Amino acid sequence: MMHSRSVEIWVGLFAAAGLAALFMLALQVSNLSLVSDDVGYDVTARFENIGSLKVRSPVSMAGVRVGRVSAINFDSRSFEAVVTMHISSKFDQLPADTSANIFTAGLLGEQYVGLEPGGDEAVLEQGSEIMLTQSALVLEQLIGQFLFSKASEGEEK
Amino acid sequence: MSQQDDSPLVEIRGLRFARGDRMIFDGIDIDIPRGKVTAIMGPSGTGKTTLLKLIGGQLRPQEGTIRVDGEEVTRLSRSKLYALRKRMGLLFQSGALLTDLDVYENVAFPLREHTKLPEPMIRDLVLMKLQAVGLRGARRLMPSELSGGMARRVAMARAIALDPMMMMYDEPFTGQDPISMGVLVKLIRTLNDALGLSSIVVSHDVQETAAISDYIYLLSGGKVVGQGSPDELGRSDSEWAQQFLQGLPDGPVPFHYAAPDYAEDLLHGHEARRR
Amino acid sequence: MLDRLQQLGATTLQVFERLGRAHILFYYILVGIPSVILRPRLLAAQLFSVGVLSLLIIVVSGFFVGMVLGLQGYNLLKDYGTASSLGIMVALTLVREMGPVVTALLFAGRAGSALTAEIGLMKATEQLSGMEMMAVDPIKRVLTPRFLAGFISMPLLAAIFSAVGVMGGYFVGVGLLGVDEGAYWANMQYRVDLYDDVFNGVIKSVVFGIAVTWIAIFEGYDATPTSEGVSRATTRTVVHSSLAVLGLNFILTALMFGDN
Repeated sequence: MMHSRSVEIWVGLFAAAGLAALFMLALQVSNLSLVSDDVGYDVTARFENIGSLKVRSPVSMAGVRVGRVSAINFDSRSFEAVVTMHISSKFDQLPADTSANIFTAGLLGEQYVGLEPGGDEAVLEQGSEIMLTQSALVLEQLIGQFLFSKASEGEEK
Repeated sequence: MSQQDDSPLVEIRGLRFARGDRMIFDGIDIDIPRGKVTAIMGPSGTGKTTLLKLIGGQLRPQEGTIRVDGEEVTRLSRSKLYALRKRMGLLFQSGALLTDLDVYENVAFPLREHTKLPEPMIRDLVLMKLQAVGLRGARRLMPSELSGGMARRVAMARAIALDPMMMMYDEPFTGQDPISMGVLVKLIRTLNDALGLSSIVVSHDVQETAAISDYIYLLSGGKVVGQGSPDELGRSDSEWAQQFLQGLPDGPVPFHYAAPDYAEDLLHGHEARRR
Repeated sequence: MLDRLQQLGATTLQVFERLGRAHILFYYILVGIPSVILRPRLLAAQLFSVGVLSLLIIVVSGFFVGMVLGLQGYNLLKDYGTASSLGIMVALTLVREMGPVVTALLFAGRAGSALTAEIGLMKATEQLSGMEMMAVDPIKRVLTPRFLAGFISMPLLAAIFSAVGVMGGYFVGVGLLGVDEGAYWANMQYRVDLYDDVFNGVIKSVVFGIAVTWIAIFEGYDATPTSEGVSRATTRTVVHSSLAVLGLNFILTALMFGDN
């Protein structure tokens, strides 16, 4: 082969550049650091209404992403949504009386689970259930309530 | 050689081959003796190249048998066919050199593909083969830098790289200037004798082919129309053989392609068209 | 009328026959893979001509596409006061769609057409037939290394395209238009998912790589062995593989991102 050495060097460079690009996409562009941490634990929480929460929606505490929603099921006896969250093992000191709320990022953004820490000594572990939950705010309900209260104010006067 | 030397190397019996509706071979029998140069001659379009591809197992005939060194080519499994091909060399009309490799690597190609010889030995073999065709000095040229005659000589060196038992030449003289033609004629004969090959030359260049061949088959219209040594054929009273060997414009092969009567065609052709 | 019908039938049969031949060839190419893995040098030579030689056009176009995304995205997003999510837009567009698709289209034009022309010419000049007569299987020796090279190169090229594009978006968005650097990267990392986005993008590019290389090799191997036949096959490679990439992209996108 002609210049077989330089061909091989170029191919080596090409492969290195391609792998480097893949690594960059994995580390710099996406959130590999959290997802790769698969050795976390699952906790569940029950909500009356989860709005448009989806599997893989983020779970965060104090604005820091600590995990993601791994499953959403429906309890057909209590008519509640059972949300399973996968929390990264880095965050294994969350108090057992942590509460979970469903928030919306921005006015029309996607919904996520926000955790609020409690004061318990015991911590959440694999299989724990978060007892204190607050459902998603549904815009139509809010507007309905607002109009209703305005109307009743008007009647009182 | 695995069989006795007096049995023919290639034995073709009752070969029929058609491409679409066109019958190319209509039952031909050919024997290629060992150690000799056998020529297969005939006008263009008689399927001489097809014959070589049939012998090489690249095409399969509709009927008939082709035995090469005792093996029935048409019924060989793929691996056996490949093993047989290692013992055959076929020189294509174009040379069929690999255009992305230089002369040296082209000749080394079959050695690298089929053997695990160490590099110094491959080098020695390649240089020996190139020396035999007189192109040892051209080893670093690319195929695009070679003249047609040189390309064919490189292809010859490549074809003999694995020391085959037979060589097949497809129109080796076409489009060559007199000097390279002379070189090729001499090479075919000397390689055949020096390496103990059996050669098949397919050609329509009468003089050159007759000069080196021991036996000639004349093909036309899918049949063998004449055979014998060059001298015998020269004295043959077959009108067809005489026309072909002497290059006469008219004879059993007519000058005119089959057509309706000339005068008739001129006078009444337009009427026929109108209808 | 009957003639038209017959013509249609004949064309349909031809298409199916070609499809059949393409699949048989694909099978033989796959069968040849072990023998190529034993000879990495063959593969290296093809990786060079398929991958390395496509590198320049991929890097340059990736950078330009990234810059355009940065510019357009900024102009659009700043009206909604969300220019800080520019990074998300650039990265998602590149990783999910533009990276694999544009790379595959460029790859079809650059490497695919070259493959078809090369193989077609090897056929026209009897090189493939010559190999067969030297008891060398041209599929294993010529086609499989080229196929593997395309299969390996495409995802790498697409990754390079996306990475360079993200840089291009950074250059325009952060460097020229003043988007906050931290927001560019942080929002991107927050929203771009390794599996959903990056990984699916890689799968797309692998599928496109197989499709384009397969079409290119088949067109070359099946070309009428004349210079006219080869040039027509080269055109067909670019047209068919571009259409295949766009069609497959729709199917893959629907499968991957459809029910999100």
